[in-house]
Amino acid sequence: MTYITKPRLHHPTLEVNKVGYTRRDYEGKISTLCAGCGHDSISAAIIQACWELDIEPHRVAKLSGIGCSSKTPDYFLGASHGFNTVHGRMPSVLTGANLANRELLYLGVSGDGDSASIGLGQFAHAMRRGVRMAYIVENNGVYGLTKGQFSATADQGSKSKKGVINSDSPVDLVGIALQLGATYVGRAFSGNKQELVPLIKGALSHGGAAFIDVISPCVAFNNHPGSTKSYDYVREHNESVSRIDFITPREEIVSEYAPGEVVDVRQHDGTILRLRSLHADYDPTSRASAMAYMQHHHERGEVVTGLLYVDPLATDMHTALNTTSEPLNMLGAGELCPGAAALEKINASLR
Amino acid sequence: MKPIQAINDFVIKFANVNGSGSASANELFAKAILRMGVPVSPRNIFPSNIQGLPTWYEVRVSEKAYLGRRGGIDMMVAMNPQTWDADVAELEPGGYLFYDSTRPLPPAKFRDDINVIGMPLTEICNAVYTDARQRQLFKNIVYVGALSVLMEIDPQVIESLFGEQYKGKEKLLSSNVQALHLGRDFAKEHLKWPIGLRVRRADKVGNRIFVDGNAAAALGCVYGGATVAAWYPITPSSSCAEAFQKYCMKMRVDPITGQNKYAIVQAEDEIASIGMVVGAGWNGARAFTATSGPGISLMTEFIGLAYFAEIPVTIINVQRGGPSTGMPTRTQQADIIACAYASHGDTKHVLLFPEDPHECFEHAAAALDLAERLQTPVFVMTDLDIGMNQRLCEPFEWEEGRTYDRGKIMTAEELEAGKDFGRYKDVDGDGIPWRTLPGTHPAKGSYFTRGTTRDAYARYSERGPDYIYNVERLLRKFATAATIVPQPLTRLAKEKTKLGVIYFGSTSPAMKEALDVLDAQGVHIDAMRLRAYPFPESVSRFIADHDKVFVVEQNRDAQMRSLLVNELEIDPKRLVKVLHFDGTPITARFIAKAIMDKLPSRMKAGKKAESAEESVK
Repeated sequence: MTYITKPRLHHPTLEVNKVGYTRRDYEGKISTLCAGCGHDSISAAIIQACWELDIEPHRVAKLSGIGCSSKTPDYFLGASHGFNTVHGRMPSVLTGANLANRELLYLGVSGDGDSASIGLGQFAHAMRRGVRMAYIVENNGVYGLTKGQFSATADQGSKSKKGVINSDSPVDLVGIALQLGATYVGRAFSGNKQELVPLIKGALSHGGAAFIDVISPCVAFNNHPGSTKSYDYVREHNESVSRIDFITPREEIVSEYAPGEVVDVRQHDGTILRLRSLHADYDPTSRASAMAYMQHHHERGEVVTGLLYVDPLATDMHTALNTTSEPLNMLGAGELCPGAAALEKINASLR
Repeated sequence: MKPIQAINDFVIKFANVNGSGSASANELFAKAILRMGVPVSPRNIFPSNIQGLPTWYEVRVSEKAYLGRRGGIDMMVAMNPQTWDADVAELEPGGYLFYDSTRPLPPAKFRDDINVIGMPLTEICNAVYTDARQRQLFKNIVYVGALSVLMEIDPQVIESLFGEQYKGKEKLLSSNVQALHLGRDFAKEHLKWPIGLRVRRADKVGNRIFVDGNAAAALGCVYGGATVAAWYPITPSSSCAEAFQKYCMKMRVDPITGQNKYAIVQAEDEIASIGMVVGAGWNGARAFTATSGPGISLMTEFIGLAYFAEIPVTIINVQRGGPSTGMPTRTQQADIIACAYASHGDTKHVLLFPEDPHECFEHAAAALDLAERLQTPVFVMTDLDIGMNQRLCEPFEWEEGRTYDRGKIMTAEELEAGKDFGRYKDVDGDGIPWRTLPGTHPAKGSYFTRGTTRDAYARYSERGPDYIYNVERLLRKFATAATIVPQPLTRLAKEKTKLGVIYFGSTSPAMKEALDVLDAQGVHIDAMRLRAYPFPESVSRFIADHDKVFVVEQNRDAQMRSLLVNELEIDPKRLVKVLHFDGTPITARFIAKAIMDKLPSRMKAGKKAESAEESVK
């Protein structure tokens, strides 16, 4: 956690987006993470994505659990309300916040310890419920703040900095998200901003539960030979299935790919995900084939990245609950209280 | 043997098998007496089971409107062979045993000092019905019919209750009426009637209503403006969340759009339930959860977060027997310490103690206001006895035009005008800071909510002075809470006395009766009913004004007494424990006897301890 505010000096020529903000307006306080931490790259990607999407920062609510990754919401979107909750329980708090006001954008930031160990249950159930949010797990396979213990996403056979071999099977958050009904599932590498920024933009614009697993190496405790979450390992074993470009309805669509190579997926709000498939047989709108594909490549030791699955017309928990379009936190006694006469009728029925 | 003779003042207990359909017939019996203008208080005594285990329904009939459990049984409707021996043994001498005499029982199974009334219920039903389920279900109605003859309950009243229950279901209506008269006709022809226990029309019910506390608390949440409910099923609180759903479906659906002005989530566990309530409260919606002891244990980390991050949360705790899984279907007041100090570190929470369904409604609505005013968790400490049993109580009241107290929420306009916003700053001297809701203003009022410590402007800080400022402000806030929670109510004895008694929650009706009994014995005691924690100043004064104060509660460890001693720095010797904790609701007989036994010996002179017990009847 930091209390150091970045200087607010802006270069006068900084580019301004459609809502009048420079990219620096999306920054937060100075990061206190280790130099070279993958998480800082993710924060930068979030800043970039929000700026490019012309989101007003105060219309985002950013929530996290506990851990290195969960500290990062302090380092971006300083004008947003943030909530650093308890370990592993961000999904429930985000769910409640979302129920209270369906008009804000919800960004959940978590880590592999937070979501795959202590919070696996809440992670799973938030996916099941279709909570509209962008849920980012900054996945480094290790507990950083407590200095280097394995987390539940560490691969079987991978080696810790102290030389211990992990004997447990890893929790595959992408596989779980796919199986439990997440409607937007992606994976990225924190070292690849070109892939990550559009994935985050797509997630923020998605109509249901969007999950991105970001492999984010821990330079302090998990960047050594024998780790499967190191910069070197991920670069060597990374297999991108798709590239997406995120296009808002206002933007001109310039076709520069040959037919067949590119699929435009129009989302519920009119935005378009332009998917450039890097594998001829990959269909990111099929949940079943996404799951099979992931399993297959995982067995080969490959880290598949890209937009893995999307249901472009996904709906969310509010649709299922049939909640009123006006945010629940805006309703007053006039709308909520049935009144004295109705109570008299209830009294009469109880005699 | 002298048969008990009593009009409008007796206890009848039904011993049934769980799942046999007896519950609705027994409720019908109780309601029929109510409709005759005679107060009743029924209690379900049930196992953690859906089918097969024993279950009891104990109805106290009391023209004087003593609604606590009395103790002792005047009539047993023994329908369960599994519990026969214990059920028969429980009867008072001169009491009445009503049983199914289809199969003969050896004389050893009966007692000489009771009145035995056998009726071949199975035989009667088998002769009339062919369907197995009908034979079982209507057996219950047949015994209600027979009892109506034996006790002179007006059959018209029962028929009109059937009419209301089966409105539009004519076939069910007529078959129930038929079963009722099957029982009545047999009883008139073959049994000696009326018996010594009788119901006579009275006008002692007035405009009171008959409802269970869980439904009442749920309705209080509807009226109090709760829009988000997150819960996890747990006895004895589940019916509260379900009642909220039921009431919302009736009263919270927009008639034009058909959309819901509420959101209810059955979460994956109690941790997620409270997490959702915390998230919704943080974001400005009124939210609550309903749970019981084990759920509270799971929620404690979040309760600490909500206390320290200062987020409105309402928790309805329908207490049951603990510890651990304890007695899930029995009642206790044993979560007081667990809730008052829930979570690690220095934490204290606001607790409300409703005495009956009427107050369950009031306190649930009040809790939603208090939670927002104080920006903290508020517990409504009900229990199984009032939560899951229908109780005769004052009708619900709601002042037309009553608004919600949303507390200190800074608006975009105020921020824009340059009002200073320090999320954890005490600007009004009451310890309560101002808050902003997410999304309020583009550039002002945002802050980072966290469980770690921070300064008055919500900036991360581990500096000692910042920490001290914050936690001492929380104490000031707690002192403010004591002035705005429901205040205690005092009932002074007829004569000036140095004896006092403190009680709370579901103990109320038994206490009221015990005080009358003691008063009749010449034992004068001033009584104070606590309605909330933190304790207002009047509680200290009450204790100071008396030499000895009995503290009556339903747990083993005298938890309320501990809280009084700890919070008010009272000499423990002045607070005398009166503890009832076997899982059954406390009785007037128990309280009166315990107090008599513990009276200073000089005060006992001339008063027989046992006479208190006798005079209850």
